[in-house]
Amino acid sequence: MDYSQFLAMKQEIGLLVVFLLVFLFDTFMPKKAQGSLSGITCLLFALFTAAGFCPCQLADADAFAGMYVTSPVMVTIKNILNVGVLIVLIQSCRWANSDIQIMRRGEFYELLLVTLFGMYLMISARHFLLFVIGLEAASLPLAAMVAFDKNRYESHEAAVKYILTAVFSSAVFLMGLSFVYGLTGSLYFAKIYEALSVSPESPMLIVALAFVIAGVGFKLSLVPFHLWTADVYQGAPTSVTSYLSVISKGAAAFAFLVILVQVFGTVYSQVWEWMLYAIIILTITIGNLFAIRQRNMKRFLAFSSISQAGYIMLGVIAYNYVGMASMMYYILVYVFSNLAAFGVISAIENKTGLVGMDDYKGLYKTNPRLSVAMMLAMFSLAGIPPFAGFFSKFFIFTGAIQQGSIAIYVLVLIALINTIVSLYYYLLVVKAMFISEDECKVAPFRSSCSERLGLWISVAGIVFLGIVSCVYNYLLELSASSDIFAGL
Amino acid sequence: MFDNILIYFVVIPLIMLGGLALCKNIKQIRTVAVIGSTALIVLSVVLLMGYLEQRAAGAMAEMLYVDSWTWFTPLNINLAVGVDGISVAMLMLSSIIVFAGTFASWKINPLPKEFFLWLILLSVGVFGFFISIDLFTMFMFYEVALIPMYLLIGVWGSGNKNYSAMKLTLMLMGGSAFLMLGLIGIYYHSAPEGGQLTWNILEISQNGAIDKGWQYFLFPLTFVGFGVLGAMFPFHTWSPDGHASAPTAVSMLHAGVLMKLGGYGCFRVAIYLMPEAANELSWIFLILTGISVVYGAFSACVQTDLKYINAYSSVSHCGLVLFAILMLNTTAMTGAIMQMLSHGLMTALFFALIGMIYGRTHTRDIRLMGGLMKIMPFLAVCYVIAGMASLGLPGLSGFVAEMTIFVGSFQHADMFHRVFTIVACCSIVITAVYILRVVGKLLFGPVQDKHHLELTDATWWERLSAITLIVCVAAIGCFPNFFNELINFTFDGSIFKVLGMN
Repeated sequence: MDYSQFLAMKQEIGLLVVFLLVFLFDTFMPKKAQGSLSGITCLLFALFTAAGFCPCQLADADAFAGMYVTSPVMVTIKNILNVGVLIVLIQSCRWANSDIQIMRRGEFYELLLVTLFGMYLMISARHFLLFVIGLEAASLPLAAMVAFDKNRYESHEAAVKYILTAVFSSAVFLMGLSFVYGLTGSLYFAKIYEALSVSPESPMLIVALAFVIAGVGFKLSLVPFHLWTADVYQGAPTSVTSYLSVISKGAAAFAFLVILVQVFGTVYSQVWEWMLYAIIILTITIGNLFAIRQRNMKRFLAFSSISQAGYIMLGVIAYNYVGMASMMYYILVYVFSNLAAFGVISAIENKTGLVGMDDYKGLYKTNPRLSVAMMLAMFSLAGIPPFAGFFSKFFIFTGAIQQGSIAIYVLVLIALINTIVSLYYYLLVVKAMFISEDECKVAPFRSSCSERLGLWISVAGIVFLGIVSCVYNYLLELSASSDIFAGL
Repeated sequence: MFDNILIYFVVIPLIMLGGLALCKNIKQIRTVAVIGSTALIVLSVVLLMGYLEQRAAGAMAEMLYVDSWTWFTPLNINLAVGVDGISVAMLMLSSIIVFAGTFASWKINPLPKEFFLWLILLSVGVFGFFISIDLFTMFMFYEVALIPMYLLIGVWGSGNKNYSAMKLTLMLMGGSAFLMLGLIGIYYHSAPEGGQLTWNILEISQNGAIDKGWQYFLFPLTFVGFGVLGAMFPFHTWSPDGHASAPTAVSMLHAGVLMKLGGYGCFRVAIYLMPEAANELSWIFLILTGISVVYGAFSACVQTDLKYINAYSSVSHCGLVLFAILMLNTTAMTGAIMQMLSHGLMTALFFALIGMIYGRTHTRDIRLMGGLMKIMPFLAVCYVIAGMASLGLPGLSGFVAEMTIFVGSFQHADMFHRVFTIVACCSIVITAVYILRVVGKLLFGPVQDKHHLELTDATWWERLSAITLIVCVAAIGCFPNFFNELINFTFDGSIFKVLGMN
């Protein structure tokens, strides 16, 4: 066996090293030294994230007979996830070190790193076997993390819901795969692609694709596979919710793009364009309409994240490299915006235990900085310039329209009209904080260092990612030179 | 980058934002606001002089001070700036109104710092919009100008402010949703097959590559998108509620400048880039804007709240702007630009005066007030002047603008245009009705409330605000030819060559 192929997996190996160090530290260090576990994890992960930006990573390589590939685009999307995870880790410090959680703190970090490893595999897999391993590694430990609030009933309920839907969706996905295997006789992406490009369409392919889309759709909480989302987001500890809503979603979205393009690219216009078309309209519309009625901030963001997933999918249906670059950019911006929102929510929840939108009334009078951070997050999610969300929305629409058909214009118009609905409910939060004249239930307080650091990073991202054009320029150049669409 | 004078229209407000963020008390805030808005007026005068000088020296380019800095390379998005006579006029208007608005909100309460921060952010959007010639940056600044309205109305407004603020924001953002689709569509058809796609307005119009079928699709999207902000029927309903609930300076800026963004955008993007579709489809929008003109005027007749009266009158006057633009000939379009200037100044004056009166009487219901001419003569005289400008008294700005518009409109010899011109002309009479009704009741009638007798007349900052605006209104009325020549060069340019118009 050629061991040098492991070198292609630099990022995965780096992540494993971080995981092992955290694990060993957690297991073997004396009680006294354990207090610094959170700090050490954040530090190690920060180093690992920084190493990801090192240019030596950027080479095309593969391993295990092409089951695993890496390329600059993959490295970049993993880096985007890393940045998000780093913010999550920083923001969760205070929660992880609270009296109730301190016993299980180590497990939280370990499980989180394992799921991230699974997501890496999902992104880099070019063989469905590896992909399924990644998918499972990314899903199952999350159920344990969702159940982390041992004393809260909702947390258990959420975990059960999550694990049942995750397992069920995996089963559906595997069913789809078995059809694909039956049709083409291979699980390699490239071989399936070849087989599909010569063989004529068959009804079985449509069923197989429907199953595959449904399987990944669960992970992305696309409508109609979204039913678990609100309950799980509400029940899970806020740090886990933020991880679930940005990182897990971002990884699955990119993996979804790779599968649809690299495996089923030849049947784009015949089969999955229209499936995805319907799913996008449903996802954006239903996510938005349900979000309007929510009064619990976590539920509210759950529905908002459903509709955001719909916008992310516009980058997939675009089926060109501008769409892919815009999707990666959208994910990046979404990471910062959503984590800013969750950062504020968890800061307030940690201090007071309040998560209702009504509890935020008059927040500007008592906690002006937190309200401004929340407002920026809401504006960015709604796509208001000059914040990053505006640019990411504009570019993802631009990418989609490049496809050129009138149907896409109609789809984008529907999405645009939906941004108005979403603006309405995002403004409801702003209204509660700034305009409402009620007495605020949240007393003035100073959030902890880690929370502030996490918020500062997120807010900096919201403000600068759009105006500073080099990020998007870089992503576009990268996508233009990538081979993901090479087969077309 | 900083050797181009235009960029300072954005830089100065941004510096003001920074300065405001550091302010500790109301005095410092006022200092920053006054210095900044004065600097903007000076800047716009310098620009005007420079522009006229270059034109006098024989500069024939369509736009002057053209410059472009790359922003998003792969999508060819640039920060492109440039001005012609219309933009120069609009920049003048905006800086004057920001200046007057600063003084009109001298005593704003509560949270003066936040108020000025949002107000200046709004003006960043406005100035940025007028200097941009790149569709992307133009659109970005357009949206920057919209969103501060929500908080400005929501926090500092009066009456049914939550409802109005939300309605205004959602309707305007709804318009911009159509607009965004239209702009992206224009981008993908901006160059002939295989050419470099561009967002730059000048390049797009030179390429002339948008084929007719796509124009039919994109023209309504962009025209409606901007038309919502121009208060086009039936998308005008945000305007009365929004203006009535907004604080004084915000009403001034919004009715005075922001609604002009709509008219300017309709002209600069929808008609300029897609003249063929404009020619074919103008009848639909002529009907809609014709309705705005008359309907707005009639609605103003039955209102009792001073701000609602003025807001409906804005719908009517801004309808006239779009109406004239759609006539697609030089005279009417010149009139449209004059009307934008005239309405901007006059309605800002109105809102400033209403704010000042409301600040004293604590009511805007004309039935509860009367005889204010005796009590506050300065404000009352200003109100009469504003009213006269509004109903088109010669010597003031309204007359010049409306005259030009109707003469231009009447140049169309066909039945349809003639009928609609005559209908729109009727609005002048209706305007006289509601203006004179208010003036008679509010200023000359018997005093309704004896507490009003103790009220005082305008303070110095209020006088300064009002006089600035009155001087400008009179200037346009007395020297229309100056503005005519400033604007006219644009219409001699290439815009109408496509249509073979005069």
